[in-house]
Amino acid sequence: MAASGWPDRRAAHALAFAAAMVLLLTWRHERVFAAFATPHVDRWAASLFVLLALPASVALLIYDARRRRNQQARPAAQGRSLLQLAWRRFTANRLAIAAVYVIAVFYLVALMAPIIAGYDPSALEDVLATRYQPPSWAHPFGTDEFGRDLFSRAVYGARVSLSIGLLAMLVAVFVGTLYGAIAGYFSGLVDNALMRLVDVLIAFPTFFLMLMLVGMFEAGIVVLVFILGLTSWTSTARFVRGEILSLKEREFIEGARAIGLPAHLIIARHLIPNAIAPVLVSAAFMVGGMIGAEAGLSFLGIGIRPPTPSWGNMISAGQDALFVAWWIAFFPGCLLALTITAFSLLSDGLRDALDPKTLMRKYL
Amino acid sequence: MLLHVEDLATHFFLDEGVLRAVDGVSFDIREAETVALVGESGCGKTIVALSILKLVQWPGRIVRGRILLDGEDLIAVSTERLRQARGGEVGLIFQEPGASLNPVFTIGAQLVEVLRLHRGLTRGEARREAVRLLDDVGIPDANKRFNSYPFELSGGMRQRVAIALAVSGRPKLLIADEPTTALDVTVQAEILKLLRHIQSEYGMAILIISHDIGVVASIAERVLVMYTGRIVEEAPARTLFRAPVHPYTRGLLAATPRLGTGRGTPLAGIPGTVPDLLALPEGCTFHPRCPIGDHGCITDVPVLIELAPNHRCACYKAVPVTADVEREP
Amino acid sequence: MGRYILKRLLQAIPLLAGIATITFVMVHLAPGDPMDMYIEQRSQREFDPEVIELLRKKHGLDQPLPVQYVKWIGNVARGDFGESFRYRRPVATLIAERVPYTLQLTALALFFDALIGMTLGILSAVKQYSRTDRIITVGSLVMYAIPGFWLGIMLVLVFSVNLGWFPTSQTRSLDYELLSAPEKLLDRLWHLALPVFVLGVASAAGTARFMRNKLLDVLSEEYVLAARARGLSERAVILHHALRNALIPIVTIYGLALPFLLGGAVLIEKVFAWPGMGLLAVDAIGARDYPVILATSMIAAVLVVLGNLVADVTYALVDPRVSYGGKRLA
Repeated sequence: MAASGWPDRRAAHALAFAAAMVLLLTWRHERVFAAFATPHVDRWAASLFVLLALPASVALLIYDARRRRNQQARPAAQGRSLLQLAWRRFTANRLAIAAVYVIAVFYLVALMAPIIAGYDPSALEDVLATRYQPPSWAHPFGTDEFGRDLFSRAVYGARVSLSIGLLAMLVAVFVGTLYGAIAGYFSGLVDNALMRLVDVLIAFPTFFLMLMLVGMFEAGIVVLVFILGLTSWTSTARFVRGEILSLKEREFIEGARAIGLPAHLIIARHLIPNAIAPVLVSAAFMVGGMIGAEAGLSFLGIGIRPPTPSWGNMISAGQDALFVAWWIAFFPGCLLALTITAFSLLSDGLRDALDPKTLMRKYL
Repeated sequence: MLLHVEDLATHFFLDEGVLRAVDGVSFDIREAETVALVGESGCGKTIVALSILKLVQWPGRIVRGRILLDGEDLIAVSTERLRQARGGEVGLIFQEPGASLNPVFTIGAQLVEVLRLHRGLTRGEARREAVRLLDDVGIPDANKRFNSYPFELSGGMRQRVAIALAVSGRPKLLIADEPTTALDVTVQAEILKLLRHIQSEYGMAILIISHDIGVVASIAERVLVMYTGRIVEEAPARTLFRAPVHPYTRGLLAATPRLGTGRGTPLAGIPGTVPDLLALPEGCTFHPRCPIGDHGCITDVPVLIELAPNHRCACYKAVPVTADVEREP
Repeated sequence: MGRYILKRLLQAIPLLAGIATITFVMVHLAPGDPMDMYIEQRSQREFDPEVIELLRKKHGLDQPLPVQYVKWIGNVARGDFGESFRYRRPVATLIAERVPYTLQLTALALFFDALIGMTLGILSAVKQYSRTDRIITVGSLVMYAIPGFWLGIMLVLVFSVNLGWFPTSQTRSLDYELLSAPEKLLDRLWHLALPVFVLGVASAAGTARFMRNKLLDVLSEEYVLAARARGLSERAVILHHALRNALIPIVTIYGLALPFLLGGAVLIEKVFAWPGMGLLAVDAIGARDYPVILATSMIAAVLVVLGNLVADVTYALVDPRVSYGGKRLA
């Protein structure tokens, strides 16, 4: 099955990654080293990452080459575990793999923002000379009303948008999974009380709820993450509860209860791991939704506020200047659409790989 | 000849390879005759039934063969003509009772739909005829049941409705795919009785598909035995049960308990399992499980040979039989 | 049927009470006293503490929380949401002015969603694995991902600024009052075209995906094969037998489409300066106009509860297996 000859798929990735790092180093080496002279932790982190990534990928290459030599002597048996089968189905899905690449590249760019961005995202230079410049080689996404480089702002905006999306998803998935698992495990009165609260919360249009909370709490990034997460866990709680209810009837749970395993261990060790597949699928989808919601709030001027760049508030600034500079709103929107699409594709790919039912449908 | 199937082959084109579900099947069905098609699950019986009406779904496709219904090749006819044949000349009953009934329409509405389509009745006539049909297949209080939804009926009742639907177009051939498998034993007998009653009343031929030798013995005049997409033996029911020739048929019969078998007599089974249709053995596909095969069976594919009038068998080791070949004492 | 609707309406009451409670809790969770917001809104200068105390009394904020809660519930039940800090008018009238605009927008978007979404979903399922199917599947995925507010801005750029086919914003032309009735209707629709499209297209994409999957599920059912075996035309099989079954789950997701559309409407109303509830809420947040913020959220939630009620009733109508006790029998 595996491609024959060297480099194989893994080695090719390491090679491509190493090459990208070399290019980045030659292009921006003075910036990488200059970072260590500054007090900014994030610049340190970005530079360290670039410097460590190169030897790491080379090490992976060497390790892989060795493993291949050993394997040629003794070919490994074809793995057939459920996880391996799912992995194989996932990697066969070209759209999902493309989505993974897009997501990986975006997060890497966000991580290395101080090295990649050509300008300070909030630097106001000679405003009159540099404002409203259309896209060019010097400014790939053009400049805005203050003459700031929009590419640099988009790169820093990626940091804000992508990390908020990921963290808010983690909050929502954590709360929702725990809540649903507890409701499903204890059922009866506890379940009833817990699910009534979910019913009420679900009745609020999520975005209205976010709007209200963000408006009342003067949100900074951390508060925003919690508001996004804490308004989006209800659907996760619902389906985790459903999953748990059906799992609970299965024998291995009965067995665990029969040998006297305490409830929190049954929930944590048996129920949640077995309900994890749909959680993963919805988590991937949710990151996209969170990024969209953050962009929406920032667009309304109540999420991430300027001068901190976020894709949402960049679009808002672009709408104000729509008649003179279309590019201000255009590029952040494209990035948003691309990111959210990638997360939906990833979610679809995970679902198809983890849920054999859809696979069955392919043939019947 | 009512139905003449000739060298029918239906393959499924999967990512993993070509699955030859039906691979060169030929048989005939005469008017008002009852023929059984038997074999273990996964041997392609159902695909034969679906192929006759060209109902095989993607990624399956009929790759060769002819299906002559009254001399007309159903594979070549227009879709319009094919739809007339479906339900109008050939009726189909499925295994799961009620799975063939649409859950959101009343059984009456579903009957009326078919009656108007195939018999050209008006709404009123169709309604009267539907009630008569429901009564005929043994639904008590048919007039009231006309407005019932499928979920309001028991499994046996649903299968009766499915039979009424299948015969409502007055078909000349009724294909019953495992019509009793999903039902209770007592209900099974009633359904078989109903099939015989329907046949005598409407004079149609029946192709009954089953893995249950008991069902086959109670209803069929002629039996086709199928293995991995091919017919391996064909004989009148009496001959087949008295003197099976193909080792597969013998194994199948030996695995069936019969009245009169002394207690304590162990039931023999066929060793091994049905092979993966994607990776069939070379030569005779039965050879890995065959008690009597030899080297010749591994290299060459046996074809059906006439052993006696109406008795054909695809096996190199088969000899024209006159003596009783009973199971081991 | 009438009894079933009544029963579902009664069941909605505790839900509405829960919604009112949560809104109340949220006000009191927020940092700062609503009174401070009121003062901040009304005046820049420092207030005399005595005056503040008087104002507190006037608004009932001096009473213990449980008393305030009961009062709040009672007021809300009577449709009294207090007075807007900013406009000094009853919130209920403010909202009553805005709701029709939001309803025009969302109702038309819902209609667009159903029409386009279902058609594309059916087309996609019927032609599974064809090029049409692939284009619709990938297209709907992308359309679902594109942020509506950005799409709105881009469409304004192309169709209003560059081509001049549609107005950039607002609800009516300047000469609206001079138009005859049918012209007025046309003028309104002309102004609605872009916002409705932008609002509806994402949920239509969602519907198309859902419809495709449900129809494919149904098409693989044995009763569809059986219907074909009875000689029914492909049209009858798909549009009558299969579609009728696939519509049942679709009805339930329309209950969910409403919160999605109302949330989206906030952004779209902002983009097109459409004077609906969403714009009111956004402006209220900017002005820290508390009573309005709370009331809009509550009204949105009530609309969602009503939408779900309609979905449930429709569900009972289309699925014979649902008894009017609300339980699914088979």
